[in-house]
Amino acid sequence: MSGEIAEGLRLVATLDLRLWQIVALSLMVSLTAVALATALGLPLGAAVAVVRFPGRDAVIVLLNALMGLPPVVVGLLVYLLLSRAGPLGELGLLFTPGAMVIAQTVLITPIIAALSRQAVADAWREYEEQLRSLGARGVGAALTLVWDIRFSLLTAVLAGLGRASAEVGAVMIVGGNIDGVTRVMTTAIALETSKGDLPLALGLGMVLIAVVLLLNAAAFLVKEAAQRRYG
Amino acid sequence: MILPLKLEALAFRDIIAPLTLEIEAGPSTIILGANGAGKSVLMRLMHGLLAPSSGRISWRSAGRQAMVFQRPVMLRRSALANVVYALELAGAADCERQALEALEEVGLAHLAHRPARVLSGGEQQRLALARAWALHPEVLFLDEPTASLDPSATREIETIIKAFDASGTKVVMATHNLGQAQRLGDEVIYLHQGRVVERAPVEAFFSRPATAEAAAFIKGELPWI
Repeated sequence: MSGEIAEGLRLVATLDLRLWQIVALSLMVSLTAVALATALGLPLGAAVAVVRFPGRDAVIVLLNALMGLPPVVVGLLVYLLLSRAGPLGELGLLFTPGAMVIAQTVLITPIIAALSRQAVADAWREYEEQLRSLGARGVGAALTLVWDIRFSLLTAVLAGLGRASAEVGAVMIVGGNIDGVTRVMTTAIALETSKGDLPLALGLGMVLIAVVLLLNAAAFLVKEAAQRRYG
Repeated sequence: MILPLKLEALAFRDIIAPLTLEIEAGPSTIILGANGAGKSVLMRLMHGLLAPSSGRISWRSAGRQAMVFQRPVMLRRSALANVVYALELAGAADCERQALEALEEVGLAHLAHRPARVLSGGEQQRLALARAWALHPEVLFLDEPTASLDPSATREIETIIKAFDASGTKVVMATHNLGQAQRLGDEVIYLHQGRVVERAPVEAFFSRPATAEAAAFIKGELPWI
C-alpha cells in the first residue's frame, strides 16, 4: 500500500502528462459548469428570495429538494436528452466534454440557486425597509442586495463547485470516460481502482483533494479580507 | 407642499385601532408611548412601508419624505457611497457633491471614505441622518433614532434633528424617551395600545396631562430619563 502511495506521489510530482491532462479536463468541465450554473442559479435564487408570486413556497421547496439530485439520475436524463434519438440528439454532444458541462450544470444550478436564495432572503429581511424607504424596488433592489452580500454568495458557488468536481455518476454516463477525450479525475479514479492501477487512482485522488482545498482556502481568504474591509 | 398628511379611520391588524389624525406642516411632532403601543407601526404606515388593514392615508401632494430607523442599515461600501446611493435612487444630479455636503452637515466628512459598516453605532446613525439630509425631505420620520446609543452620541443625533427642524423639514419622531420628547418636540401625540389617547403641545402635555394613561406614563417613565 505504501508503495502505491509513493508511486502516486511520484506521478503527481513528475507532472505525469496523462495525469495532468485528466486534471486539466476536470477543472475545465467543472469550472465551466460552475460559471454557467452561477449565471443561471444566482439570479434565480435572488429573484425567488425577493419577488412574491403565487406558488413561491412550492418553488422554494422544489429548489431545496433538487439540491439532493442524484448525479446518476441527472446523467441519465441528460443522456436521454442528448442521445441520437433524443430531442437534442442532432447536436452530437453525447460523449463530449460539452455533454459533461451540461450534466454538471443541471446538477449544481439548484444548489447554487437554493443557497443563494437563502442568503439573499436573510439579507432582504435586514435591508428591506431601508431599501424600500430609499425607493429601491424590484430588480434594482435585488441587484443592490446581491452585490452587497457577494462575498457570502461565494459560499453558494463553492458548494456548487465542490459537488461538480466530486461527482462521478453524471460525467460517467454522458461523457463515457473515454481516454484522452472525456476522462476526468473522478471517472479515472473509479476506472483505475477497478483495474487495480492504484498509484494513478491515488495520485488523482490527492490532486482532487488538493484542488478542492486550494479553492476553498482562496475563497476563505477573500471572504476574510472582505469582512475586514467592508464589515 | 406634501403636508398635511391625513389618516382617516386608519387601522392595522389589532395593533392600530382605527384612528383619524392630521399631521400638519411646521412644528415637530413626537409620537410618544410605551413599548408595544404601536409607535413603530404607525410610523411605517405613514411612511408607506406598511399597507393599512383598513382606512385611508393621503398626502396633500407628492413630495419627498425620508425615514431613519432605530438600527441604521448600511450597505457594504463607503460612507460617501451610501449617501450617493440614496441620491441616485432619488434621481438627483451632482450626487457626489451633495453627498459630501450632507456628510459635512453631520460632521462625518472626515470619514467619507471609510466603509460604512465599520463605523460606530453613533456614527452610523449620523450617516443615516446624512443620507436623509441629502434628500432634502419635506418630512422626516424618525423611529427611536437614539434608542441604542450612548448619551454623547444621542446629543449629536439630537443636534442634527434640530438642524432638520431649523431647515424647514417637518420632523415626526417616535420615542419613549421623555427628555428627548421635551427637548425636540413641539407637540406630542400620545399613543396607548394602538389608540391616540392625547394630543397636546409639549409643555401642556408634560405639565397637565389630560388623561390618566398619559399621566401614568409620564410618572412611570420619569426615573428612566
